Amino acid sequence: MRGLQRLAEYCSRAEGRCRRMGRSIRTVLQVLALLFPTLLVLLPLLLLVTGSVAGNGELGRYLETVFYDGTDYITWKIVPDYPTFANYGKLLFMTPQFFVLFWNSVKMEVCILAGQMLVSVPAAWAFAAYQVRYGKALFTLYVVLMLLPFQVTMLSSYLVLDRLALLNTHGAVILPAVFSAFPVFLIYGGFRGIPPQLLEAARMDGAGEWKIFCSVGLPLGRSGLLSAFVLGFLEYWNMMEQPLSFLADQSLWPLSLYLPQITWSQAGYAFAASVITLIPAVFVFVWGQDYLEQGIVFSGLKE
Amino acid sequence: MKKRNAGVKRRRDTRAFFLFAAPSLAGVLIFVLIPFLDVVGRSFRTVAAGRFAGISNYRTVFTNQAFLLAVKNTVRFTLVCIPLLVAVSLLIALPLSRLKSAGTVKSLYLFPLAMPTATIVMVWKIVFYRQGFLNLFLTRLGAWTGLWGEIHYDYLNSSAAFAVLVFSYIWKNTGYTIVLWLAGILGIPDELREAARVDGASERQVFLRVVFPNLKGCLYTIVILSFLNSFKIYREAYLVAGSYPQQDIYLLQHLFNNWFVNLELDKMAAATVCVGVFLFIVIMLLQRMWDSREE
Repeated sequence: MRGLQRLAEYCSRAEGRCRRMGRSIRTVLQVLALLFPTLLVLLPLLLLVTGSVAGNGELGRYLETVFYDGTDYITWKIVPDYPTFANYGKLLFMTPQFFVLFWNSVKMEVCILAGQMLVSVPAAWAFAAYQVRYGKALFTLYVVLMLLPFQVTMLSSYLVLDRLALLNTHGAVILPAVFSAFPVFLIYGGFRGIPPQLLEAARMDGAGEWKIFCSVGLPLGRSGLLSAFVLGFLEYWNMMEQPLSFLADQSLWPLSLYLPQITWSQAGYAFAASVITLIPAVFVFVWGQDYLEQGIVFSGLKE
Repeated sequence: MKKRNAGVKRRRDTRAFFLFAAPSLAGVLIFVLIPFLDVVGRSFRTVAAGRFAGISNYRTVFTNQAFLLAVKNTVRFTLVCIPLLVAVSLLIALPLSRLKSAGTVKSLYLFPLAMPTATIVMVWKIVFYRQGFLNLFLTRLGAWTGLWGEIHYDYLNSSAAFAVLVFSYIWKNTGYTIVLWLAGILGIPDELREAARVDGASERQVFLRVVFPNLKGCLYTIVILSFLNSFKIYREAYLVAGSYPQQDIYLLQHLFNNWFVNLELDKMAAATVCVGVFLFIVIMLLQRMWDSREE
């Protein structure tokens, strides 16, 4: 009798151990399944960085087959034999064109983001804080505008930019972006969590509408603002369609259009330029990751 | 007394609304709405003389081979990409939502969002080149298993270019979609799941009957945002293959760009109106569907 009891006890313990082991194996498998695609994200980065510090001679050997159209495969080394920063040096100190385009990018980015903040923040506040007739219909219009791809608005933008004589100036890229509907929607997502009673209470205390906006809205809606900033930065740093369509003069182009112009014979140089283009984006990404996620969630909210 | 208060409140709200929204409304009016009316007007006129041409522009567009090809490819791309993206990201988001330290994994998935297109295209060119990494890897795999010989397939200049674009789109947008899914999944109260488990539901049933129905609203926004982002694949397509790519990846975006460059504005106006109206209807329908479900 006692033996049987002990056997039962043993069995149940063994079963528990098995189940626990099964569970930990499943966890490991899950983590691996999650990490494999992660490799797909990191490998390209690794490729760029190693390519940019391999010397031109070495890179030439890796990519030999590309130049001669041969039948061998590309070769690569995770750590180059003779790492060098020569390509960075050449790019930063001997290529004035690179500098011009870099500053074009920075200039457009700063103007667009500043303009968007000035225009979109009050507009988002208006939609979030005040109930007006047709307010909902107007907001739906903004949502539709936000969802229209560039190609649909391209001709309209072209016509108005032509009329305002802005074509082939940075204004042609900056102004339409400033009035984009997307940041209004994101910032609205940050404002909509503020309870209306709070605004009512502020009004009771005699605060004017502007005062309420500045001292209640802005501090409480900060996350929406920063989300719009981070998502906007990444979007416009990567902007291609607008400058390609509206800027004929290549000296006005942003960095994002410069990279594709570099040919294979200057591969090391292209890798270095890629890495430098990547740095501001990575910086903003790391700094603003929480806001980026927040912004994505806001972009998914329905009004 | 109360009624008058309401009236005062309404007037105050209206005034404040328009003061705050004025710059944005003016900008949208000047840069989008008024010129769009101009586009509608132009779509009924000839480009040179500006004479009224009826629907002849529309007729030209709908019999244009390039337009039909571009529409076909764009529709095909959307129909392949969006279900794939939705499924892949859900499959990753579900285990992620149960993981306690999901932060690092999540940021790794989000990273492609920060990677400028021009940068990543460099990498794809090397990977998918005739003698590139993918073929190198496949050849090694073939040698190892002894199943196939050397592979020299040119992905970028054949119909496989379509698959490369799909891959690139999934690569870029998975992180974004995972975050949206996670927000939806974590928004479902744990009690709901617990209650189902107590009632004896299996994990599979819990997912199908409790989790999934609660994610329908989430699905709507994901589909709509993925659709919006799918138009940006033009960047990759353009950088890999230029204005006139292999014909399987000739998209509406290429067509618009080429008409624009060639100043064929009458055709472009008609096509803009068609695509715009079509998208408007799709967005409204999706929104209507979502609203009726919520109630």
